[in-house]
Amino acid sequence: MLLKINGQEHVVDDAEASTPLLWVLRDALGMVGTKYGCGIGFCGACTVHMDGEPVRACSTVASAAQGRDIRTIEGLAKETGELHPLQEAWIALDVPQCGYCQAGQIMSAAALLAKTPNPSDADIDAAMAGNICRCGTYVRIRAAIHMASSKMAERQTAGEKV
Amino acid sequence: MRTIDDSILLEDPILGRVFAAEFARRNAKALTRRGFIKVTGIAGGGLILAFSLKAGAIGKAFAAEEKDTSGGVDLNAFVQVRPDGKVRIYAKNPELGQGVRTSLPMIAAEELDVAWDDVVVEQAWLDEKLFGRQSAGGSMSTPTNWMPLRQVGAAARTMLVAAAAQTWSVPAGEITTSRTKLHHGDKVLTYGDVAEKAAKQPVPEVESLKLKDRSAFSLLGQRITGVDNLKLVTGQPLFSIDVNVPGMVFANYTKAPAFGARVKSANLDRIKQLPGILDAFVLDGQGEDYTSFSPATPIYLPGVAIIGTSTGAVFNAKRELRVEWDKTGPNVSHDSWTAFAKAAAELGKKEEGEAVNGVVGDMAAARKNAKAVVKGFYTFNFVAHAPMEPQACAAHVKDDGTVEIWSSAQLPGQAATAASKLLNVSLESIHLDMKRGGGGFGRRLNCDYMTETVAIAQRVRKPVKLVWTREDDMTHDFFRPGGFNSFTATLDENGKMTGFQDHMIGFSRSGKVPAPRGPATSTPKPPATYFPAVVTPNVRLTQTNLVAFTPTGPWRAPGDCTLAWTVGSFLHEVSTAAKRDHVEFLLGMLGEPRWLDPGNPSAMHTRRTADVIKLAAEKSGWGRKLPSGRALGISFWFCHLGHVASVAEVSVDKQKHIIVHKVWQVADVGPIVNLSGAENQLQGAVIDALSAMRIKVTMEDGAIEQTNFHQYPVRRIVETPEVEVHFIPSEFEPTGLGEPGLPPVGPAVCNAVFSITGERIRTYPVTEQGFTI
Repeated sequence: MLLKINGQEHVVDDAEASTPLLWVLRDALGMVGTKYGCGIGFCGACTVHMDGEPVRACSTVASAAQGRDIRTIEGLAKETGELHPLQEAWIALDVPQCGYCQAGQIMSAAALLAKTPNPSDADIDAAMAGNICRCGTYVRIRAAIHMASSKMAERQTAGEKV
Repeated sequence: MRTIDDSILLEDPILGRVFAAEFARRNAKALTRRGFIKVTGIAGGGLILAFSLKAGAIGKAFAAEEKDTSGGVDLNAFVQVRPDGKVRIYAKNPELGQGVRTSLPMIAAEELDVAWDDVVVEQAWLDEKLFGRQSAGGSMSTPTNWMPLRQVGAAARTMLVAAAAQTWSVPAGEITTSRTKLHHGDKVLTYGDVAEKAAKQPVPEVESLKLKDRSAFSLLGQRITGVDNLKLVTGQPLFSIDVNVPGMVFANYTKAPAFGARVKSANLDRIKQLPGILDAFVLDGQGEDYTSFSPATPIYLPGVAIIGTSTGAVFNAKRELRVEWDKTGPNVSHDSWTAFAKAAAELGKKEEGEAVNGVVGDMAAARKNAKAVVKGFYTFNFVAHAPMEPQACAAHVKDDGTVEIWSSAQLPGQAATAASKLLNVSLESIHLDMKRGGGGFGRRLNCDYMTETVAIAQRVRKPVKLVWTREDDMTHDFFRPGGFNSFTATLDENGKMTGFQDHMIGFSRSGKVPAPRGPATSTPKPPATYFPAVVTPNVRLTQTNLVAFTPTGPWRAPGDCTLAWTVGSFLHEVSTAAKRDHVEFLLGMLGEPRWLDPGNPSAMHTRRTADVIKLAAEKSGWGRKLPSGRALGISFWFCHLGHVASVAEVSVDKQKHIIVHKVWQVADVGPIVNLSGAENQLQGAVIDALSAMRIKVTMEDGAIEQTNFHQYPVRRIVETPEVEVHFIPSEFEPTGLGEPGLPPVGPAVCNAVFSITGERIRTYPVTEQGFTI
């Protein structure tokens, strides 16, 4: 089985085909940024992108990811190491408490901003409703998404000028 | 090829830890055992200070209550000033989201006058002989470490100044420091320049150290982002569940739905044939009293271990597992929330419980003289902790008799003790690598998941990582116990509360109420923290316990998280009956500004109480006109050394749906260490408190009925109110914030709901009364 993750192809044992993508990422490929939280798609800790859409890796069998473009938290920053504006905003506003859910939060937010670059609070709530944070960092998650959105807009404007 | 330099090694999670352990062992031997602060060299040069935790007033006050596992050796955590100018500070305590990995090093950095960018924070491994007590619980990390960390920072600064004075041949008193630099006139040296010379300076006596005046703080009180944030947002391994050791196998452990039931038979042969499964076996468990909080005891429940090549394979196999449980255990048909609630409703009719917990004045006389008597019976369910990271731990019981454990734990010392008892090996042969915890809230004070892992590792003889499913976690918690308060209050003709009585109904395995702490006396005093018992002239606190086998344990602000709601709501019933404004009523109870037990940080201070209530009222615009269907509610609570008032702006619609629009959180916890972290705790406490209004755990036939988040609706972003946080930076020593921000939020919301609807919420979750939130 061949999986394309963060732009790189990985060969995975066919025996893993019926295993949730989450455990193939974590245990077979050693990419542990994607987290296990509930196993039933209810908490969002395992959110990854499949062809740009946010999906729950705990509820997606590995075989369903074949031929698709998978992106995980490890592949969100550019290869140069330049962080995604969301990652920068998360650090600037010190969003995490325990931090366990934050990779999933950021992946949900990244999918939102890719489609809706300037989201309202309602857009954020709708896109982020599937992600639980038990520490209750929601106030900061909202603020960080707005901050990242502004940064992206600034960069785009700057880019257009150049 | 990278060079094997110790700074690289320290950055490496595996090699770095091995190096650090060896480094510590070597240096511990070399250190002298006199005085409080010690100096030692480092390979490559530089200044290292090890220090003794000289307990401040708060540390002393609590030392007696907590078991000392440090062995009394007086060497402690390190501050290292290195020739490259970097300052390495060990974060000694477990991090589970309370922010101590950032805030505790900030305290030392402030006195050392180092630029925060020059600080490298390293997670300490478990070694209580070296680092002193390492724990996370009771909001005690800040108060117990405040003074020692300031002292070690000041000592290092003093030695750096002495070294610079020698270099420049000027008096030390003429040298100033700022941001990792030393100044004399136009001359400048960096700390790195004099690090080696500083290591040769005499170590100052603790008593001679001059600590900064709080007004001179430049780092403390600032917003500093968490030291792990870059790793967190890029998905690097930090947590127990992320541990990966060469040759590691993966495990899960299935326990009986009803606590305590043993395995009669299981389809192990079938399980062993499943793909990716290496082994499956039954463990008998250990310890009969699995119900109570006993972190240093190697207790774990009977169950079935499945070992495989990945957690995915093991979880798949678990779905095929069929176990017949022995149904003869005492709990198998015992614990039932329905039965508990029925029994408590009957018991609650009695104003007096079986055991007396606290008496002040004469409640009977107060009742006789009362103008009015107010009564309220409150019910709250059991709840689970449900940290986002389910319990996980890795362990390797090696053939040479040593044991490696990788896990997060709130009491790592006790957890290692439990492991050493289970394996019958010395504590010294156990190495515990403290991983970041994906939420704790009190759950990881117990170490059952670690004991299970060690028991499995003993049999497997390979590195093994145990990961619980969410269902394992939710059904095998040490739950916040449910309970019941039956209150009575008396009012005089001026609407003043003259008497307060509580018959608390709780749970214990024996059904008995443990004797109150302190010397045996026929009339024990109420706990010093129990507002309003400490400011009411006549008080009678009694308790009855029901028999329960369901394990219970501390949950964020244990005791206070529920008592603050029942008491905070009942006080509003009392002020309503007295036809008094609730702010005026609360302030009127306090009397003269005073510390109720001067110098005892666990005693309430009436001036600090009044200050937070007044500021909360002012900031929220208490008394302002609001649209119909909308109201403010306020509540105050004192616990875990923190004074906090909350105001909630709430509306309720015709379908009894409660919307919380905004919450004001006002706290006096002394000076703030990390403003960002402190605000984060109080913001999060609002969300957690609102979750607690609608979640519940119930049990029938001894088994928990809720298994995952679809039945356990913790709050989501869409329901998040605006939160405004204010701190009163009083002159007292700083105290912790993990817990005291939560208790007053729920009653503030419920009091607002009453003001809108005239209906008093007396049952948690509020859904039991037809509300949604």
